[in-house]
Amino acid sequence: MEALIDLLQQNALMSRTDMARLLDRTVEEVESAIAKLEADGVVLGYQAIINREKWDQDKVTAVIEVKITPERDGGFDRIAERIAKFEEVQSCYLMSGGYDLLIVVEAANLRAAAGFVAEKLSTIGAVQSTATHFRLKTYKENGAFHALEQTHERLSVTP
Amino acid sequence: MSIRIASNVRDIPRSGIRDFFEIVQSMGDVISLGIGEPDFATPWHIREAAIYALERGRTGYTSNLGLPRLRRSISDYVQKHFGVRYEPLSEVLVSVGVSEAIDLALRALLDPGDEVIYHEPCYVSYAPTISLARGVARAVQTRASDGFALRAEDMEKAITPRTRVLMLNFPTNPTGATMEPEELEKIAALCRRHDLVVMSDEIYSELTYEEGKHHSIAACEGMKERTVFLHGLSKAFAMTGWRIGFACAPAPLIEAMMKIHQYAILCAPVMGQDAAIEALERGAQSVDKMRREYERRRNFITSALNDCGLPCPKPKGAFYVFPDISSTGLSSREFSLRLLHEKKVAVVPGTAFGPAGEGHVRCSFATALDQIKTAAERIAEFRAGLPG
Repeated sequence: MEALIDLLQQNALMSRTDMARLLDRTVEEVESAIAKLEADGVVLGYQAIINREKWDQDKVTAVIEVKITPERDGGFDRIAERIAKFEEVQSCYLMSGGYDLLIVVEAANLRAAAGFVAEKLSTIGAVQSTATHFRLKTYKENGAFHALEQTHERLSVTP
Repeated sequence: MSIRIASNVRDIPRSGIRDFFEIVQSMGDVISLGIGEPDFATPWHIREAAIYALERGRTGYTSNLGLPRLRRSISDYVQKHFGVRYEPLSEVLVSVGVSEAIDLALRALLDPGDEVIYHEPCYVSYAPTISLARGVARAVQTRASDGFALRAEDMEKAITPRTRVLMLNFPTNPTGATMEPEELEKIAALCRRHDLVVMSDEIYSELTYEEGKHHSIAACEGMKERTVFLHGLSKAFAMTGWRIGFACAPAPLIEAMMKIHQYAILCAPVMGQDAAIEALERGAQSVDKMRREYERRRNFITSALNDCGLPCPKPKGAFYVFPDISSTGLSSREFSLRLLHEKKVAVVPGTAFGPAGEGHVRCSFATALDQIKTAAERIAEFRAGLPG
């Protein structure tokens, strides 16, 4: 299962026949294992990794540090869920350290992002403060540039 | 004036691999499954450590035996992974790749006419290196039906009063063969009985599959004192170009090897040694990641070759498959040449690794998956066009 998850993370679009060969399983076994991973909620979905330099350049990404006042009954969970439900929020994590939530926000442009922080996020009662950092350039996205490098200067036949 | 070349050099035949390499080089657009080195670049943390060392100006000679810190790392690594403890300052020598260490050990051990037993098919350098050290190479043929492992009974038949050394290479290039511990014990017993020194080239030892554990003969009882354990960073850590290998052996032998090494080489390159420290101390995760990738490709290529009618057992180690092509009616060389010319896929004829390789070709799966896939499709087309 671990090997299958590894493959899906590398390239979820790989044909099931190739996956079966790589994992030394039948196509049916691979298909049913994937179906199980999906049904169990282990695999939540499959997404393309977009190069923002080449597509939709106006879109802005911000990471926002949020300090919140936890609630007596719900702790951080209820307020975190409330924030996470906004469409602009791509990811939302509870953090240790100097702030509580780290959220990743995507918005159509700078004005929209600023509007989200000023009008939506900051106005939530439990939110004490926010610190917003905008992405300037991407060097690595979801491990996409982290694949094992292949060399191209090998001799064509070696012992 | 014609320059006279020493007879022991002149008598060494041209390498079958080199021949083949020149043909491949002259053609464009070839997919090569003929490459005996990882297709990965050295993991970044290792390269970065070497860059850092260079930035700090670490560019000088090192001790002949290698950096003491590296020798300690080697000693710890060998103890952890192979279960044998070597004294870092007297029983470890850092060499320029394992090839140099093999040469040093043979030159330090052999008197002219001493015999060395090795198993074929095997890495191309063994027989020539033995001859260059004025020894006599005695090949023992291994069989496909044994998975190309060495049988103690076959080895025993090759022992004569002049036999001095047994060379082992498991996992094996080109067959991927590994040894079962029981057979290894039998071989160890023969070495003790006939007072042989074992040179064990374990360069592929990290690359074993299906939970197959590698066993070193150095860990067998009574063998440490008669074994030269040879290993290096090239294969497991994808560091072929750094040229760092090492030998672990009893101190008097290391001292003798060092005598040759200090005059011929002085020391292994310091940047490679600094990189090797990082690799051995913190490279386990990188090795594991590459090993998993090789294992999947191994599954892929064996399944593809078997499906197209070229019987191909799954190798338990290294990164080569050695399919049986005898059903095509072609010799290894004919098969490889025709596959190259007709389908532009390079594999290495099994006979490049000794006569026992006839009827087989070596395909390396240290090659990107998309290339393996295309090569396998072309091999299937080629096979379909042949009788049998």
